[in-house]
Amino acid sequence: MLSLRRNDLVCKQAVELVTDYLEGSLSRRNRRKLEAHLRACPNCAGYLEQIRMTIALAGTVEPEDLTPQARADLTDLYRRWRSE
Amino acid sequence: MDAELLSRLRNGDEESFVLLVARYQQPMLRLARSMVTSPAVAEEAVQDTWMGVVRGVDRFEGRSSLRTWLFRILIYRVRSAGSREPVDISIDTLHGVDPSRFDGQGAWAEPVESWADEIEDRLDANVWSPILRSAIEVLPARQRQIVLLRDVEGLSSAEASDVLGISVGNQRVLLHRGRCRLREVLEAEMRKS
Repeated sequence: MLSLRRNDLVCKQAVELVTDYLEGSLSRRNRRKLEAHLRACPNCAGYLEQIRMTIALAGTVEPEDLTPQARADLTDLYRRWRSE
Repeated sequence: MDAELLSRLRNGDEESFVLLVARYQQPMLRLARSMVTSPAVAEEAVQDTWMGVVRGVDRFEGRSSLRTWLFRILIYRVRSAGSREPVDISIDTLHGVDPSRFDGQGAWAEPVESWADEIEDRLDANVWSPILRSAIEVLPARQRQIVLLRDVEGLSSAEASDVLGISVGNQRVLLHRGRCRLREVLEAEMRKS
């Protein structure tokens, strides 16, 4: 059983800080507390890794292809707007 | 690429418009649909945005990136078009992570599994794109807007906050909840395999 010092983070608190951590918006003190927790807690370190993978995968979501009809319609509109 | 497209657009180059449409039409529609209930209103706002782009490109000073400008026009058009629409009342969850995942001391009740192997095996974006796309579709609207702008489109926190007219801090809270929710969906998928 871990003995908790008064200032230690518990997992439930640590996971709520991961976005602030990745955004670089934690205070220096909180960043140190979180990093100390992550070094000691493989579960929270794993959670952070999963969030990183989630972000990376979201970045691979491709926009759906436009239908040729939608493209043609917008090109027609473009010509009209330009000629007005 | 933005700068080149912009100067071609200014010169009335149709091909540059078609390229922009191919790249941004669907992302803009997705964002618009997260803000109004009527798909027709969303489509009209996107079309109005393109008209604003074509007519306003000479006045665009390039202080923001082209896509930030696009999204900002869009948000403005959607908000004007949708002002008669009912306000989205979907409830944002309070926590990023479901509190029932923790024991009485606040530690994980079950160990967090490693994804490394599953991701390696199924790294193909074709596998994950549809899963993530539908997971994003069901996020509460404000979380969805931020996740689309930040993680799918890759805007910075300053750009995304600017586009949506919210504080960087608020933006971060919504982003956190949205990402946590997407992670849960991926976790459920991993467990299936």
